[in-house]
Formats: sequence, structure tokens, C-alpha cells
Amino acid sequence: MDAFTTHTGVGVPLRRSNVDTDQIIPAVYLKRVTRTGFEDGLFAAWRSDEHFILNQEPYKAASVLVAGPDFGTGSSREHAVWALMDYGFRVVISARFADIFRGNSGKQGLVAAQCSQSDVELLWKLLESEPGTPVTVDLTDKTVRAKDLVAPFEIDDYTRWRLLEGLDDIALTLRHEPEISAFEGNRQTWLPTTDPLPAV
Amino acid sequence: MSRTLAEKVWEAHVVRHGSGAEPDLLYIDLHLLHEVTSPQAFDGLRLANRRLRRADLTIATEDHNVPTVDIDKPIADLVSRTQVETLRRNCAEFGVRLHPMGDFEQGIVHVVGPQLGLTQPGMTVVCGDSHTSTHGAFGALAFGIGTSEVEHVMATQTLPLRPFKTMAINVNGALGEGVTAKDIILAVIAKIGTGGGQGYVLEYRGDAIEALSMEARMTVCNMSIEAGARAGMIAPDATTFDYIEGRPHAPSGADWDAAVEYWKTLRTDDDATFDAEVHIDAADLTPFVTWGTNPGQGLPLGAAVPDPEKIVDENERVAAEKALTYMGLEPGTPLRDIRVDTVFLGSCTNGRIEDLRAAADVIKGKHVASGVRMLVVPGSMRVRKQAEDEGLDKVFLDAGAEWRQAGCSMCLGMNPDQLAPGERSASTSNRNFEGRQGKGGRTHLVSPLVAAATAVRGTLSAPADLEV
Repeated sequence: MDAFTTHTGVGVPLRRSNVDTDQIIPAVYLKRVTRTGFEDGLFAAWRSDEHFILNQEPYKAASVLVAGPDFGTGSSREHAVWALMDYGFRVVISARFADIFRGNSGKQGLVAAQCSQSDVELLWKLLESEPGTPVTVDLTDKTVRAKDLVAPFEIDDYTRWRLLEGLDDIALTLRHEPEISAFEGNRQTWLPTTDPLPAV
Repeated sequence: MSRTLAEKVWEAHVVRHGSGAEPDLLYIDLHLLHEVTSPQAFDGLRLANRRLRRADLTIATEDHNVPTVDIDKPIADLVSRTQVETLRRNCAEFGVRLHPMGDFEQGIVHVVGPQLGLTQPGMTVVCGDSHTSTHGAFGALAFGIGTSEVEHVMATQTLPLRPFKTMAINVNGALGEGVTAKDIILAVIAKIGTGGGQGYVLEYRGDAIEALSMEARMTVCNMSIEAGARAGMIAPDATTFDYIEGRPHAPSGADWDAAVEYWKTLRTDDDATFDAEVHIDAADLTPFVTWGTNPGQGLPLGAAVPDPEKIVDENERVAAEKALTYMGLEPGTPLRDIRVDTVFLGSCTNGRIEDLRAAADVIKGKHVASGVRMLVVPGSMRVRKQAEDEGLDKVFLDAGAEWRQAGCSMCLGMNPDQLAPGERSASTSNRNFEGRQGKGGRTHLVSPLVAAATAVRGTLSAPADLEV
């Protein structure tokens, strides 16, 4: 995972709440077995409408998505994060994120920046009145800046540290392998295993 | 110190406590796999030259992509077929037990785990699928994860996690005639909202919950994620133990006694406190249906389509306007007047034997309305066999419904069972999102009883409507 410290890019206002992961990428796009190339599925249904904001210049080139509350609800599909990143997004700003989406973002290096809804509204107004306004998201001091607007955002400290350092979660956990083995040695013997069943 | 059920299960699985901002490292007892969210995780293992740590705590099934007809033929959709074949190759390479299409134990992953007795109280259960919350019905801490976390569990059998907050959902009183577990959970979601459970584990409590069967409890816990909660739990009791006893992977003999003794400790202590509490009177509930495009947009069947102009909150008003446009509904229309094209009975929410029995009981001797198609899709091949042994297949076929093989089917548009654009369904599944059942499809979430009555009348209906 690449380290993330600060990012500046075009912001796009998405005036919708409850953007579920079926909207971010419909199920039909989840059939692939590869890790890349999901950008064509991003908001597929909405993007088929030429008036959809991501089809408008200069928003087409956006890398900071500013969305309504409860972003990323529903299915656990990490493909939603992959689709956003494959399209070019590096940051999503919302007043509330679904837990699984937030976790998936943190694993992949997509910053899920939680701002107050009033700051989201201010960003929406700014990005609509002055399309193409660059938005800077600074993970070191947890602020979003656009023109004169300065908005603080929340992200949990551990995820922030991992993103700033670009650290791989699995490698971090494997440092504790002896503790995992010790735990396994103390598990109840009656806990189930999935060993093959005898033939019926 | 007094603790909640969720806290007890959490503490029993901490491999190491994190310090400061660092999360705890939690051991995972059971990892369920299916074809959609696993291929990139297996690839990740291969790329990093890592092994699958505990194949003996891992099990896979094919469910999301599988057709529910002609399962003896290769999957016609080549991309779907590749995904299923990739799972087969990966399971063979890493030594994972797999129940493929056509196998007696194949089915939806959340139906398979419990029916094999692999899901037991006090366990931690994960799967790359948000409806893993289903397994919480046994008093397990069970939650959906993304593909990166799937890979993490494969490599380490653990997950770094910060503790969840706890929320009690107290449901007391007696459910009325024709009111089911599905109506309870739809009412809970409508009450707390699709984001109300974010950051929480929900514990469903109270005499109305205790009175539910094991399968009904699974229906409730299944949709915890629709309220934004990662997990839902119900304390195990005699109902739970009776369900597990004798299943293929249940403990037996002295192990059974030891297990039950431990399971009985898995209750929230009397003086424990929750971070939040919600109260619902079961006697107030009636059959519940959704009118919009998220599971929180639901109302009692006797209500009418809401008028967005009367919604004060701006975000909710805009969401309601967009939902009604997508759903093709006019404010003020009685929900009972909404005509459907398709009825879907199945899914990890309502595809178990009790669901099929309940619907069969309503539809027996009647006929699916003209112009309506009804798909009945058992949650697993074992459920299908049991239903056939009880003659339920014949009840549905005689009524003009289609009797299918097991799979996720029309719950999501990944397999051939889909709605056409503009087509409207009454569905016992869990999500009414735009396009969830097929691009442009319009979904009303309902209970199996409402599904069956709706199939007969052709408009959203409860069984009581068939008697008048």
C-alpha cells in the first residue's frame, strides 16, 4: 500500500445520502477474479445517465468525492473501494460511513474522511458554484481545505498511522505469531473443525 | 465486572490487547468462503508466498453466482463460470473443504454453516459477506468483512479490531397473528435507521425474542447490517442447544456437556449496561413492507406510500423523493394497492425450512395470481430435500410457483434470476437498493407470509387479506 500524507484534486459533490455499495458498483461487476479494472462499474447505473455529475466537466477528473451521510452501506464488497480507486478517487468525504466500507477503505489506502454535515454542505455549495475547485486533504493535520474553507475531519488514529506509513496489515499481525500460536494452544478442544464429513 | 454477551465473546477471543490507538487482535473460530469475495484474497496469499493458516477452520460453498435451474450443466455466463471454477481451483490448492453446485451440502453460506452445526454459541465467525450477522442468532460474534480482511484471516486466523459499542434491542410482548421475525427486524430498521447501528453490536433481547425459533432468530440477526450494525446477537438458550444437538459438527458425549455448560454463561449480566437501548412492543407490530430503496424505508402494510413533502429532514426528504421516482410510486397510494410482477421466496434471510413451510401453509390449495411469477428458492440443497420430503415442493408447484435449486438467486443480480427494468417484486430477501435484483428492478421487502399472500392476490397482501 502506498503511503498517504496529503492529496490535492478536483472535488465532486454527490448530493445523495445512503449511497450503498450496490450503487457504487452493481453485483454484475463483481464476477471478476482480478484486483484491477473495476472503474467501469463505478456508479454504473447513475453514470448511464448523461446528466449524472461524474459525466460533467470538470467533475469527470475528480479525485475527492464529497457525499451525503451513510456512505457505503450494505454489502461488504471491497470492490466498491477498488472501483472508486481504479476510477481515480483517493478520498471520500462524508458525515457518516458504514463500518465495513470504512474498514475496507483503510486497508486499500482510500481515505474515508468524516466531516460534519454542515461542512459537507459548505463543500457542496463551493464545488457547485465553482466547479473544478481543488480540494486538499491533509492526513497529517486531519483537515480538508478548499479556497477559504478549512474543515477538520475525523479518522481513527491507527488507520491514520498505517496510511501515513503505508503499512501492510498482515505483516503487522504476523509480528505477533507466537501469541497467535499460544492462543491456539488454549482453545477448547470441542470447538468445531471443518474436516471433511464422512460420506453419506 | 459485569459484561454484555458481546463483550464476553470478544474477551474470550483476544489474542493480544492493543495499546493506545492500536486495535485488539481477535482470534477467528470459523471462516466461511464463497466465490465472490475470495479470489483476490487467495491471489494475495500466493503473491506474498503465504500459507492458509487454518484450513480446518475454513469452509467454502458456491452460492452468489449459481443458477437455480439446469445445475447439471456448466454455468452459461462465462464470467460467472470462471469465478466458480477459480474457487474450486483455490480450494483444491489450499486444502479447503468446498461444497460445489449439486453437492448435498451446497447452499447459501449462511444457511450452510448453521445446518452443519458449525455455527455454535460464543464463537467468532467471519465471511466476506455482510449477512454473516446471521450467525449471531446462536450467540456467536459474527460479522462481514472485506476481501483484504478475508486475506488477513486466511494468513493469520485473526483480525485487528477495535471493540464495538453495544446496543440492546428490547422486544417485549406477544407477536400478533401473521406477524413474524421479518416484521420485527424491518420495524427495528425503520425505527433506528440504516445508520442507527453503525459501530454497534446489537443484542436482541426480551420475551418476544426468546419466543422465536432458531430460524426466526437467524432472520432477525441477518438484517442487523441493514441497520448499519456489523453484528447482531441473541443469547443462547434451550432453543439454541436443541437446534445444534445432533448436527454433523456439534460436540457429542462429554464434549457436549462441557460445551453446554460454557454456553449457558453466554448471557448479558443482569447489571451490565449497554451503550444504547431501544424498546419495541411486539404487540404493536403488524406485517411490515418497504416502499423505498433502502431497508429503513418501510411501513406497516396497512399504511400508504408517504408524501416526501411532509418529511422535515432535508436529506430524508430528498432520499424519499428519489426513492419514489425510482420505485414508480405516487404518495398516498395504499401499500395494499401496489401490484407486483414477481414474488421471490428465498435468500439467507428467509430461505430456510420454516420459511418455506409458512409460505406453503398460506398458498396451499390456492393459485398464484395471473400475470405474477413466483420463484421458490430453498437456501440450501438440504433444505430443498427436507421440503420435498414434506411435500412442500408439490404445494408450490400446484399453486403455479417455480421450485428451484439452492442459491442466492434473486436476492442479488449476479446470477440468471433477475428482475427486468421496471419489474416490481415482493421479495423475502434483505435489500431493496436500486438495481439490487437486476438493473431497474423495483423491490418491496416482505416476510414469507406476505410473499405468499401477495403471490395469490397480485398486490401486496397479508394472509388475513385472503380470508375476506
